[in-house]
Amino acid sequence: MTRQLRIGLFAVSASGLAALLLWAVAGLPDFGHYRQRYGLLLQQVAVGERHATNVVTAVVFDYRGFDTLGEELILFASVIGVALLLREVRDEAARLRDRMRSDAVGLIGIGFAAGLLVLGLYVIAHGPITPGGGFQGGVVVAAAFAIAYLAGDYRAYRRLTPQPALDFVEGVGAGGYAVVGIVSMLLGSAYLYNFGPLGEPGTLASAGSISILNIAVALEVSAAFVLLFTEFLEELSVMRAQGR
Amino acid sequence: MIPLQAAAMALVAVFALAVALTRDLVRLAMLSSLYALTLVVLFLVFQAPDVALSELVVGGVAFPLVIVVAIVMQRGG
Repeated sequence: MTRQLRIGLFAVSASGLAALLLWAVAGLPDFGHYRQRYGLLLQQVAVGERHATNVVTAVVFDYRGFDTLGEELILFASVIGVALLLREVRDEAARLRDRMRSDAVGLIGIGFAAGLLVLGLYVIAHGPITPGGGFQGGVVVAAAFAIAYLAGDYRAYRRLTPQPALDFVEGVGAGGYAVVGIVSMLLGSAYLYNFGPLGEPGTLASAGSISILNIAVALEVSAAFVLLFTEFLEELSVMRAQGR
Repeated sequence: MIPLQAAAMALVAVFALAVALTRDLVRLAMLSSLYALTLVVLFLVFQAPDVALSELVVGGVAFPLVIVVAIVMQRGG
């Protein structure tokens, strides 16, 4: 196939695709004019039924809690895969020096890390109340650790994130979610059915087992992302230590 | 669609195109981080702060970090 023919073929198919996309976007409902029944129904019943003022969290950890179990296990499995691949090829004897030389960067970085950590914990704790939750807060907590690495050196980072603790927290988060579902069954209802107790809507522990699942996901996500950062950063540090 | 939303979408389109056209990998890592930032603005403008927060960390920090480390490993330190 000649170059001209390829470009011609691409131009025809790309303009067709662009036209279809434009047509689809033009047919979307206007922003703020939601028309599906399911969402409208949930908005009416979620606060009354589950006492979670953040309806998204009520959907993610309750009405669609089983889907979230699958999503959480996807993250779990992929991070385990990264760890398996990278840990195997790593030369454990090589140990790491990776000095950060500027005090100013160190100071500002630690300030950022502390602020991010507090923000992450806040977002996790308020999952059932305001936008955010275990996943969003978990990645913010993990970002705090990444900033701590940038601000300090690799050894300090490893002291903050000991490998056995990371593995343990990740496992507890992923397994804890499944166990909460089994508790629901032991109490005589469906898997992952909210077993309460429900509190005053708008308070931290208002939403029953939604709050427990939220914390389980937060543990899993933050540990998984820190583990991911650690595996890649360790790869770097070992390379530097070997002088490659 | 209000002008602010249209502007945010146009910004995302510009940076997405820049990411697609970039050949140099280090530039790609930095540009994809900026592209994630424009997506964060888009999500905020469309009133989805929770999605914006995860995009900020996953697209703005985690993804570029993995790319940068992969580049360093590829080049041998």
